[in-house]
Amino acid sequence: MSATSLTGPRSAASGGSAPAGGAARRAAPAWRSTGALGLGVATLWLSVIVLLPLSAVVVHSLDGGLGAFWDAVTSRQALSALRFTVLVSLATALINVIGGTLIAWVLVRDRFPGKRFVNALIDLPFALPTIVAGLVLLTLYGQRSPVGIDIAFTQAAVLVALLFVTLPFVIRSVQPVLIELDTEMEEAALSLGARNATIFRRIVLPNLVPAILSGAALAFARAVGEFGSIVLISGNIPFKTQVSSVYVFNLIESDAPTSAAAVSTVLLLVSLAVLLAIRGLGRWGARHDR
Amino acid sequence: MTVDRRWQLSLRVVALAYLGALLFVPVGLIFYRTFEHGLAAVWESITTPAAIHAFQLTLEVTLIAVPLNTLFGIVMAIALARGRWRGKGLINAFIDLPFAVSPIVIGLSLVLVYGVHGWFGGALANAGIQVIFSVPGIVLATIFVSLPFVVREVTPVLKEIGDDQEQAAATLGAGAWTTFRRITLPAIRWGVAYGVVLSVARCIGEFGAVSVVSGKISGETDTLTLLVDKRFSNFDLAGAYAASALLALIALVTLLAMTTMNRRREEGDT
Amino acid sequence: MISRVRKTVPALLVLGALAALAGCGGSSDSSSGTGAASSGGSGPTLSLVAYSTPEVVYDQIIPDFQKTAAGRGVNFKTSYGASGDQSRAVDAGLRADVVTFSTEPDMTRLVRDGQVAADWNQGPNRGLVTTSVVAFVVRKGNPKHIKTWNDLLRPGIKVLTPNPFSSGAAKWNLLAAYGQASHAGRDPAAGLAYVRQLISHVPVQDKSGRDALSDFTGGNGDVLLSYEYEATTAQKKGQSVDYVLPDDTIKINIDIATTKTAPPAARAFLDYVLSQPAQQRFADWGYRPVNAAVLAANASKFPTPPGLFTIEQLGGWRAVDDQLFDVTRGAITKIEQNAGVSTAK
Repeated sequence: MSATSLTGPRSAASGGSAPAGGAARRAAPAWRSTGALGLGVATLWLSVIVLLPLSAVVVHSLDGGLGAFWDAVTSRQALSALRFTVLVSLATALINVIGGTLIAWVLVRDRFPGKRFVNALIDLPFALPTIVAGLVLLTLYGQRSPVGIDIAFTQAAVLVALLFVTLPFVIRSVQPVLIELDTEMEEAALSLGARNATIFRRIVLPNLVPAILSGAALAFARAVGEFGSIVLISGNIPFKTQVSSVYVFNLIESDAPTSAAAVSTVLLLVSLAVLLAIRGLGRWGARHDR
Repeated sequence: MTVDRRWQLSLRVVALAYLGALLFVPVGLIFYRTFEHGLAAVWESITTPAAIHAFQLTLEVTLIAVPLNTLFGIVMAIALARGRWRGKGLINAFIDLPFAVSPIVIGLSLVLVYGVHGWFGGALANAGIQVIFSVPGIVLATIFVSLPFVVREVTPVLKEIGDDQEQAAATLGAGAWTTFRRITLPAIRWGVAYGVVLSVARCIGEFGAVSVVSGKISGETDTLTLLVDKRFSNFDLAGAYAASALLALIALVTLLAMTTMNRRREEGDT
Repeated sequence: MISRVRKTVPALLVLGALAALAGCGGSSDSSSGTGAASSGGSGPTLSLVAYSTPEVVYDQIIPDFQKTAAGRGVNFKTSYGASGDQSRAVDAGLRADVVTFSTEPDMTRLVRDGQVAADWNQGPNRGLVTTSVVAFVVRKGNPKHIKTWNDLLRPGIKVLTPNPFSSGAAKWNLLAAYGQASHAGRDPAAGLAYVRQLISHVPVQDKSGRDALSDFTGGNGDVLLSYEYEATTAQKKGQSVDYVLPDDTIKINIDIATTKTAPPAARAFLDYVLSQPAQQRFADWGYRPVNAAVLAANASKFPTPPGLFTIEQLGGWRAVDDQLFDVTRGAITKIEQNAGVSTAK
């Protein structure tokens, strides 16, 4: 089944990867056509669009001095929100690891009518505006739930909203790997009498781990910053269901923009650290592949 | 591994149940609630002047943001996949940041730079250009959130197909631009297409950051998502659902385009 | 091949329909879908930046104004949003000629940054466009018989009130609660004790008054603290709610002013908004008019609560913001922060 990967690929059997023994070959023609100038312009674009505004936040957070920065970031509510945010995002990533891998497995290895349709819908949370997602989840699993499940304003609600918006990440990361997985080893193990569970654990899973981790890390990063879908259903109860992004919103509304910038800077650093970790995992996975 | 029938069925049931509870039912509910009162009411709701303008604005912003990010995406993907330079890890992390940054922070950051009291505020005011609380601000916010998609889709494709063909063309005497145009570009076209489709979906659906920078001027800077929010707060639930359904429909159309393109890609056009 | 055509044709049809939809909009620059036509005039363009709830009223007042001699040919651009957000936006450069907010600090912010004249509240209307009072919004028929502030503290009663830190306008609710228990500010300890108890009955604090109202009409909670006009507006929009005016409650001031850079038409509009026809529009939607004649004409709809107090009696906005709502030191801030711990769930 078709899928694309949102993270780096695994250098699989199909197609060659970067040339080995580079000294003997000229620089890749595509690189030469766009070259350093292209890279320069692209980096400039990236800087102006993304880095410049974000650095303004960091600079603004220091407007009151380091002391004020520290106070804002270590206030009881800030820490509690950060703790809840990290915990619920970790839970989101974990559930996605299990659920996402399972769904990816079913989409690749199973056959049933409507599979194509199901596969197409996986990307819908990506495309649906978060406010609509929040509204719908509230209607479905809130006070007037037609199915009798009421989790509005609980921590469970935040988790459900996050699971919705991060649904595609692990699935779309694992699918390409599963598709390209060489089944020879599995068949060999089967013919040698190994049980399915063992085959999965010792042959299939190790190959999936880097992709699973990449997808989970992206899901975590996304969950940490999520606002629109949470803000309706969570009820924003301090110390219970308040995530950092909503706390930042509150700080802005309470005319404490410097504190808001400070907490945002911390969130940015957390996200950046996680994203750099993905790169590390990707490189580890590529090496592990050999 | 061949999974026995029982396991296969149970896995399938669990997967579909999870997807059902989390995805199918909520989305189905949007459409059900929308069309509950009949097609005519929905049509009226999405053809009010405000709704039409919101739709036009959303489209306009998307049509600016997506081509720019596509150009960036292709150039950056080539640099990442084919070039050799230090700092790729950091650049990769920066490209992924828009996935992770909270939309409120995005809005705040743009105001801090382009707002009247911001870094460029004075200069812009003197030049008579208004960025924040006007369409350019919305465009900037939308470009920010949709930045990574094309890069992320094209880079793996470039890495996967390798540059053998390109090298071959080069040894046969083709110039760099010709090689790019006739070999590289066709090879990545489905990656680009998929990236474009995802970018479009993201642009249309952005709410948080746009909400901060738009100024919410009715009929001028209200996008479709802002319209949903406004209708929801004004007790126009039916109108809010109708606009949401429109957004969901656009998302589904882009998804359909995605599936079509994916199928073409696996039918072996790379 | 056939399957590909079958897939792309519907997609093209939908895209075509959407494009046609886009095309038939034309160059419309009219405002909200509820019909406030505001374009086509040859006169000046006024920018009205308002907090969110009176949108329905201005949608009627603006066309009325455009039919008068002073308003003929005047174009309007309107922007509605949360009071604090709108005020901050104007501060950050959002063009505005007439501004109206639901808390005074949102106006004084603009005075501080020089956009609104310092004497904005010295006129005969004292800077006000309408007033209201904090009321209890209950289910139709008031099944739980909620009448007094003490009723809110009955066991099992769930009270909804928005978060005062994400919505400046939400402060009015807690000020009413505080004020009535503290005898208009004379006994702060009693006031704070009541607020503490009240918060323990609040299951969720939405980020705005409108969100709280939507929450309530969506089935959550037994009683909602809100403004009298919110309840009336909700009723007019078909929501099945009633409201109760407690004996002791606070007078809510809604401010309005023109900015320093506004054209003369702004002053004309402001005068119109304070005149009888516009004030009657407000009264129809449940806002208490400041125009004395209109107030008298609608007196039956707007009884004066016997224990009505004002924010001045509580010390004024600056004192209140400082002592009660300051982000680090405020007394109510502390109560809010502690609520997360003391409410057992």
